[in-house]
Amino acid sequence: MGMTPVDQADKGHQSGATPVITIRPPKGWAPLDLREFVGAHELLYFLVLRSLKLRYKQTVLGAAWAVLQPLLTMAVFTVIFGRLARLGSDGLPYPVFALAALVPWTYFANALTQAGNSLVDQHQLLTKVYFPRLLLPLAAVIAGLVDLAIAFVLLLVVLAWYGIAPSPRLLAVPAFALLAAASALAPGIWLAALNVRYRDVRHVIPFLVQIWLFATPVAYSSGLVPPRWRPLYGLNPMAGVVDGFRWMVAPDAPASGTGLAVAVAAVAILLTAGLYFFRRMEHSFADVV
Amino acid sequence: MSDTVIRIDGLGKQYRIGHVRGPRTLREDLVDLARAPFRRGTVDDGTVWALRDVSLEVKRGEVVGIIGGNGAGKSTLLKILSRIVAPTEGWGEIKGRIGSLLEAGTGFHSELTGRENVYMSGAILGMRRAEINRKFDEIVAFADIGPFLDTPVKRYSSGMQVRLAFAVAAHLEPDVLIVDEVLAVGDAEFQKKCLGRMADVSRSDGRTVLFVSHNMDAVQRLCGRAVLLERGRAVAAGQTAGVVAQYLARTEGPSAAGAWIDLSSVERTGTGTARAVRARYWSDLDAAGGRPYPDGPLTIGLAIEAVASCTIASLAFTLYDLQGTKLVNADTIAVGRTLRLEPGERQVTLRIPELHLNPGVYVMGFWLAGPLNAIHDYVLAGFELEVVALQAPGLGRAPTDDGMVTCRLELLDAD
Repeated sequence: MGMTPVDQADKGHQSGATPVITIRPPKGWAPLDLREFVGAHELLYFLVLRSLKLRYKQTVLGAAWAVLQPLLTMAVFTVIFGRLARLGSDGLPYPVFALAALVPWTYFANALTQAGNSLVDQHQLLTKVYFPRLLLPLAAVIAGLVDLAIAFVLLLVVLAWYGIAPSPRLLAVPAFALLAAASALAPGIWLAALNVRYRDVRHVIPFLVQIWLFATPVAYSSGLVPPRWRPLYGLNPMAGVVDGFRWMVAPDAPASGTGLAVAVAAVAILLTAGLYFFRRMEHSFADVV
Repeated sequence: MSDTVIRIDGLGKQYRIGHVRGPRTLREDLVDLARAPFRRGTVDDGTVWALRDVSLEVKRGEVVGIIGGNGAGKSTLLKILSRIVAPTEGWGEIKGRIGSLLEAGTGFHSELTGRENVYMSGAILGMRRAEINRKFDEIVAFADIGPFLDTPVKRYSSGMQVRLAFAVAAHLEPDVLIVDEVLAVGDAEFQKKCLGRMADVSRSDGRTVLFVSHNMDAVQRLCGRAVLLERGRAVAAGQTAGVVAQYLARTEGPSAAGAWIDLSSVERTGTGTARAVRARYWSDLDAAGGRPYPDGPLTIGLAIEAVASCTIASLAFTLYDLQGTKLVNADTIAVGRTLRLEPGERQVTLRIPELHLNPGVYVMGFWLAGPLNAIHDYVLAGFELEVVALQAPGLGRAPTDDGMVTCRLELLDAD
């Protein structure tokens, strides 16, 4: 019972005039329905706007956090890893070396955390109104891009301070930002869906972010990783993003095309699987949350 | 093209007990998995059907009321139709855009200003930005929040918040509007405005409305048809008046009609020589569960206990509305008969042939006084009683902005 009306629903969507919505029990794994997102961009826009407005209204320093967070971490890293541990910095001044990584990393860590908690934090919306659930983690990841842009300007300022001439490679920043966003969204939607069912996930996220930080060349150079571990290491898309940011600022940093391709492939697989998983789980969000 | 907008067939929603509320922990699931690695899900908890085998067809422009007691499955049905939760069995089909309003202020955030919340809430309820822009002034005027538009909503009074929230929702233009009990909040004046707006929406724009409410008066004014849910099943459907009557016959009001109500511990003044110790009331209509209805009879039985012989010259009962306005003072002094009491208990019966009160909850009080104005017993608030809404078929609709008392009306020079 309830399996036949699927076709009618599809016809309704295509005609555009009156959509026909079919209600039926969930069937487990289902194909992704991307048509649902047509017309949802306005709601996405408002969700992003709302999250930005709330952040800037509820915090005293507002947008300054986007600058302070990477800047202060840079200072700490410089003292501990640059001065005390004397880690190599690929020929860059250590603060620039660290900041080039911290700008995308800070974005990634915040976006992943917020995406992972997005459904649970906004459970009152889940139980009161229908909209494509995926918009919530997506909005969290997109809203963070504003902070990333601010932090990127900070990076340019610090480059100028150290007298490093901006390279045309900096124009590649949208591509790396996109990869960072996808890297946050992919695990973010997994965690968001799991978080609804298992509240343990809220506590897992900070831990995961911390482990991930050590698996990403933020404090150290990816040159330190032994060659035989490189393929495995390359599966971490944030390694590709961080190396990409360093490649943009360092005049003679090596480009790693294959490493980047592996990173993109890893994100694509995790994201696609995550979308299917999310779709399977979303029917029960309002029941469980 | 068929005119059926909503069609549902055998819809059911099953919840696992223990799963009804609250998430599980990963540990619990791992333990289950370890115990029975090949069984999927947990089945041994037992299950409840919040909704079972509900079928319904609604045509374009119809306003259908969903009524029933708490836990009858009304909200579950609306949530399934709004696509918030998925059904366990059955299927349904809805043609057109759905707007659901399951609470006032969906998407509101107290830190945001009224203006920002209008956009936010509008977008979440399914309005496009251009649509909100177009209706913005209308929404603000409807909400009547005046100069507070750019103030954070957290500084609003609760009444203002509700008005703004409903104003946004009232300007939704979906093909199917699903409304749950939002009218339970807000002041009476605004409730009437909202009811009026909903009636307009269905009548003039041909929009279909599903409306859940405990307010039988509102249901009867708005809905041509109603469905009665009981323990998840649709037990009655059809003309609103008939379904409401069935609902009333199955449930109990603030105090049950016909049953004795103990008055021995209520607050009272007076000498205490004679006291009203128990009371009961009923109308003549089984369909209303014996409860009073507008222009119907109200019979009151009173058990009076006297500690000494005395004469009661004035035996009265009063009805106040919940704001404390005295609406009825029915006093035997007007009848001109006295009542002789001996020590012990005695029962008397009073009857109002036509109770000219509109539906609502009223407070009944009593008064026992001797011929020389010696007040024996004065109970200001004995118990609450509900005058239920009951439209006699063919008598037309109740006016939307109704008064407290009923009156007969004739139209004299109609052409």
